[in-house]
Amino acid sequence: MWNRIYALIIKEFLALLKDSRSRIVVIVPPILQLLVFGYAATYDLTNIPFAVYNEDKDLPSRELVSNFQGSPNFKEIANITRDDQIAPLINSKEALMVLHIGSRFSRNLMEGRSGSVQVIVDGRDSNTASILLTYVSSIIAQFNSSWARQHDYELPPARLEIRAWYNPNLVSRWFIVPGIIALLTLVVTTLVTALSVAREREQGTFDQLLVTPFRPIEILIGKSAPGFIIGIAEATFTILITVFWFQVPLQGNILTLYFGLFMFLLSTVGLGLMISSLAVTQQQGLLGAFMFLVPAIILSGFATPIANMPHWIQIITFLNPMRYFMVIVRGVFLEGTPFHLLINQFWPLALIGVVNLAVAGWLFRRRMY
Amino acid sequence: MRMRGLIRKEFLQILRDPSSIAIAFLMPVVLLLLFGYGVSLDAEHVPVAIVVESPSPDTANFTSGFYGSRYFNPITVFDFNTAEQKLRSRLVDAIIYLRGDFTRKLRSPGGAQIQVIINGADANNGRIISGYVQAIWSKWLENIALAKGEQVNLPVNVEQRVWFNSELRSKNFLVPGLIALIMTLIGALLTALVMAREWERGTMEALMVTPVKMREILLGKILPYFILGMGGMGLTVAMAVLLFDVPIRGSLWVLFITSSLFMFAALGMGLFISSVTKNQFVAGQVAIITTFLPAFILSGFIFDIGSMPWLIQMLTHVIAARYFVSILQTLFLAGDVWSVVIPNCLALILIGAFFLGLTWKRSDKRLG
Repeated sequence: MWNRIYALIIKEFLALLKDSRSRIVVIVPPILQLLVFGYAATYDLTNIPFAVYNEDKDLPSRELVSNFQGSPNFKEIANITRDDQIAPLINSKEALMVLHIGSRFSRNLMEGRSGSVQVIVDGRDSNTASILLTYVSSIIAQFNSSWARQHDYELPPARLEIRAWYNPNLVSRWFIVPGIIALLTLVVTTLVTALSVAREREQGTFDQLLVTPFRPIEILIGKSAPGFIIGIAEATFTILITVFWFQVPLQGNILTLYFGLFMFLLSTVGLGLMISSLAVTQQQGLLGAFMFLVPAIILSGFATPIANMPHWIQIITFLNPMRYFMVIVRGVFLEGTPFHLLINQFWPLALIGVVNLAVAGWLFRRRMY
Repeated sequence: MRMRGLIRKEFLQILRDPSSIAIAFLMPVVLLLLFGYGVSLDAEHVPVAIVVESPSPDTANFTSGFYGSRYFNPITVFDFNTAEQKLRSRLVDAIIYLRGDFTRKLRSPGGAQIQVIINGADANNGRIISGYVQAIWSKWLENIALAKGEQVNLPVNVEQRVWFNSELRSKNFLVPGLIALIMTLIGALLTALVMAREWERGTMEALMVTPVKMREILLGKILPYFILGMGGMGLTVAMAVLLFDVPIRGSLWVLFITSSLFMFAALGMGLFISSVTKNQFVAGQVAIITTFLPAFILSGFIFDIGSMPWLIQMLTHVIAARYFVSILQTLFLAGDVWSVVIPNCLALILIGAFFLGLTWKRSDKRLG
């Protein structure tokens, strides 16, 4: 039996890799994607173009402006002097923000009253706008506390001392890049497996495979192997890049991570083969994979937290294997989560995998045309 | 006459394959529902543990701000270790630590210190939570001052004005951006697959021995998928307005023209990919990697382009979706701002002409 399976696995790899273009497609894009997306996918804003509209030329106002100019998050692109210059700058997206300081600002401040500044923000990209506003309030808070100290304002009765664990500087790349490991593993294994049965169906060779002495379980193992092996190889490579290139700290145990990876591959290979055995043509296989991949990525917590979703969508996410692996990858990388705290992530993955593989094996014979 | 036959054939192929219909009409609906309901950076009901080492009216006064807020789901514990356990096993996202001397220090000249520990693994979420905590803290300060008959006197107050989307509803920018994503799917992915299928199945050879010219075959592909893509666009716009209450402040005809330009660019890329690869697996992979994923990540749809490293910013300039997303967000939320629409349209025309021209030049009746 193992001889036969071995031969089948060799055949599957040949079918996938004999064509130089498919070889390149399996190997090169994940590397490029990791590099490009690793740098591109971040919620941290740098060089936000902003314009200064300062009607008050005294020292305190200039000090406040210089706090913005000195921040790596902001970049001054214009200095304007009239109200009607604001709209063109914002409308054309040249500036994302205009910092408007009224003419009485410094006088109010010197006399111990509150000075107010106006911040006008382009809300077209509401996500960027809200992150930008948090930067503004932290610059203002810093200015306030140093000004209050120097000019004896009454100190507040209690101060906040905020610290972030696991990621002290709140670098969002540390969170996103481990997520990309999960993302790429999902995409590559699903695509490799989703086409494997569909390709043979379309070319008619699957019928030939079914009349050989192979049992469905053997075909299943043979068809699963490339997904597993390629998945593990690519994940290993992306983990190496994450640790050594992006310098994301790997706090936890690498074996825990690989155990999670194995469970995750079980579920994605199972899903891929299930899609593949439902499809009659490669196009259907590919589009089917796509119809699965897009929701799986969006509902995984990769870009936005699951906790922010409405309750009924949160329940749907329990069917999504990527959701569990996302917790495993990020937990092991950033928080050093030990094995026993992740058991509730492992078993759903195993369950999803086994159910889907069983259905796929059953469909092999049932769905013939 | 020949053209009519070709176009008819393409339409039949679309109509008889459930998967193309699914991607043109089911996919937009699924994506809209997912993004409209599922994607949100607005955190609510954040679980926090409040450590109160020695309860007093003052601590109760402070924690009531958390209990009354819809942004937090607080639980009170009485020692730090319990809270730390909860943070480590991800039951809470933050700890607010009121030490035993909180009440005493509140009235001493130095003031009390409130320690806040946030799970920073998700950096963005961490930053949002820290903003919420600060808001509750300053509200509390205000209330204390008010009780004493004073006013809080912060040196600088900020007055925020958010233009175009004053409530910062994320749906208002995600849903218009989705149009670019959906049209990329139909224009680039679906056409790439369809053309590659003809090569792979050998029906391309069959077409070649007929009197049809290669360029007629190409035109026969462009037209039906153009209509399909615009249909997907129309559906998305209708759902955006009717279901998600996204405003359209620009004019519909500008939306129609700019969408057509983008559709040509997407079709151009799809046809170019399939004419190079001639294999469905490779064409599908290449289309996803060079068109769909960039439209998702490099277009400014979710992540801000201006914050990417220089090299990647340069890369985004060759991605058609980048220009279209910018047009869409402007048309929907700001109106017909020509200083945004015209330069971006020119870029779309350039990209479309480049890929369609390249495909046009490559399309000889040649095998292999």
